Amino acid sequence: MVTFLRDRETLWLFGGILAVLLVATIIGQLLRLRIRNAVIDNLNARIRAWWVMSAVFALSLLTGGIGSVILFALLSFFALREFITLTPTRPADHAALFWVFFVITPLQYWLVGIQWYGLFAVLIPVYAFLFIPSRIAMSGDAQGFLERSAKIQWGLMVCVYCVSHAPALLMLHIPGFEGKNARLLLFLVVVVQMSDVLQYVWGKLAGRHKIAPVISPNKTWEGFIGGVATATLLGASLWWATPFSMQQAAGMALVITIMGFLGGLTMSAIKRDSGVKDYGSLIEGHGGVLDRIDSLCFAGPIFFHLTRYFFT
Amino acid sequence: MKRAIAAGVVGIARVLAGGNVRRIGFEPDERQRIYFANHTSHLDFVLVWSALPRAVRVLTRPVAAKDYWERGLRRYLAREVFNAVLVDRVGQAILPASQREDPIHVLLEGLGERHSLIFFPEGTRGDGTQIAQFKSGLYRLGKERPDLELVPVYIDNLNRVLPKGEFVPVPMLASVSFGAPMRVENGEEKPDFLDRARRAILELRRW
Repeated sequence: MVTFLRDRETLWLFGGILAVLLVATIIGQLLRLRIRNAVIDNLNARIRAWWVMSAVFALSLLTGGIGSVILFALLSFFALREFITLTPTRPADHAALFWVFFVITPLQYWLVGIQWYGLFAVLIPVYAFLFIPSRIAMSGDAQGFLERSAKIQWGLMVCVYCVSHAPALLMLHIPGFEGKNARLLLFLVVVVQMSDVLQYVWGKLAGRHKIAPVISPNKTWEGFIGGVATATLLGASLWWATPFSMQQAAGMALVITIMGFLGGLTMSAIKRDSGVKDYGSLIEGHGGVLDRIDSLCFAGPIFFHLTRYFFT
Repeated sequence: MKRAIAAGVVGIARVLAGGNVRRIGFEPDERQRIYFANHTSHLDFVLVWSALPRAVRVLTRPVAAKDYWERGLRRYLAREVFNAVLVDRVGQAILPASQREDPIHVLLEGLGERHSLIFFPEGTRGDGTQIAQFKSGLYRLGKERPDLELVPVYIDNLNRVLPKGEFVPVPMLASVSFGAPMRVENGEEKPDFLDRARRAILELRRW
């Protein structure tokens, strides 16, 4: 905690988040005085939830590595609960689901905690992916077997494996950046979430041409291009907090925002297929946990591996 | 201590099944009532109980099967924490018909002057897709205690948290919907009332 508070760059990042939240809150309240409708109410609910999420995230970083690992483990758990709720499983899947929730998920985060990269990278795509269909087969119910196995595997992949790459950033050894990895996690989360916000804002202000109206009626080319461009600029402007040069930070931010967009689109497709609007209702104005972290799911692993490949 | 355990049980129920509660034409208060719900899991009453405000919860007694809840830790929870009204299905079944105790008396005794009940009129757990025809218990309770409101409750998805025959629950978002209170109308026949009550639960499915 002390090292964290002594780290000037981290404090600047948090100061920036605080400033953005304050400005957003003031704009939200001014809009509410002038226009009263559902869009503005939802906007203010989202801003309120952002305060809570930022506070929780800041607290988790304050406790050092372990707090972030626990926070992301909980996010995985809640996201997976939302995902499996929407997925028609059968009673014969019960034992496999038990393993997924209470053994594989904690194990994955334990590996992040003890920084065992080798097993962290293969636990789910190798061991869990072979285990799940085997366990379902042992229950002796063949109806929709491939579909059921694939759905549970995909839930585990997105909600646990992908999300766990965010706190895994803390285990990277970047020469000259020792002890400062929390800033990488902060960089990822700020860029990916601000990219969501900026795409939403650009879409609301200038959105005309829909990208995939059936899958996500709110995603427009104007929102996408405006959001990606401004979030990339934002990422580049944060280079001083990262091990990257300004151009490298811009490149990383570009990859993060595009992956985030694809994550949002893919997870929307699953929602449409299941006939729901949101995955849950845990976060006021945003929907469920999975609605909030869908972009992080796709951006996290790619950012992790690019950083690991080029900077360690 | 009991209060801490009760809070713990509510917490576990929320982690496993989420806290999704809908009230459609119903506001909970400390009035005596009978909550009647579809039955798909041994955890049903825990979820309904958790969905009520604490002041109402302490006055609300679930009706549960003695053969399941009368063993070990469950016995402690049922008796001390939930203050359950335990109905003996197995023990009574082996007695000759003339010596069997009418379960309605156990329920009326459980209600007393200030308690409410959580009651499952299907009598046994279903598979979560269908709601079975109601047994006569709810009608008889309504007749014996015409002063009480009968509140329909629909429990969704809890059968996937703990399916029939499984011992450990898995997390899954379930929901509890409370509907508008009803009573046995004057002169209403048993089958008509039971059908109306069952349809009141089915109505809540749409929400």
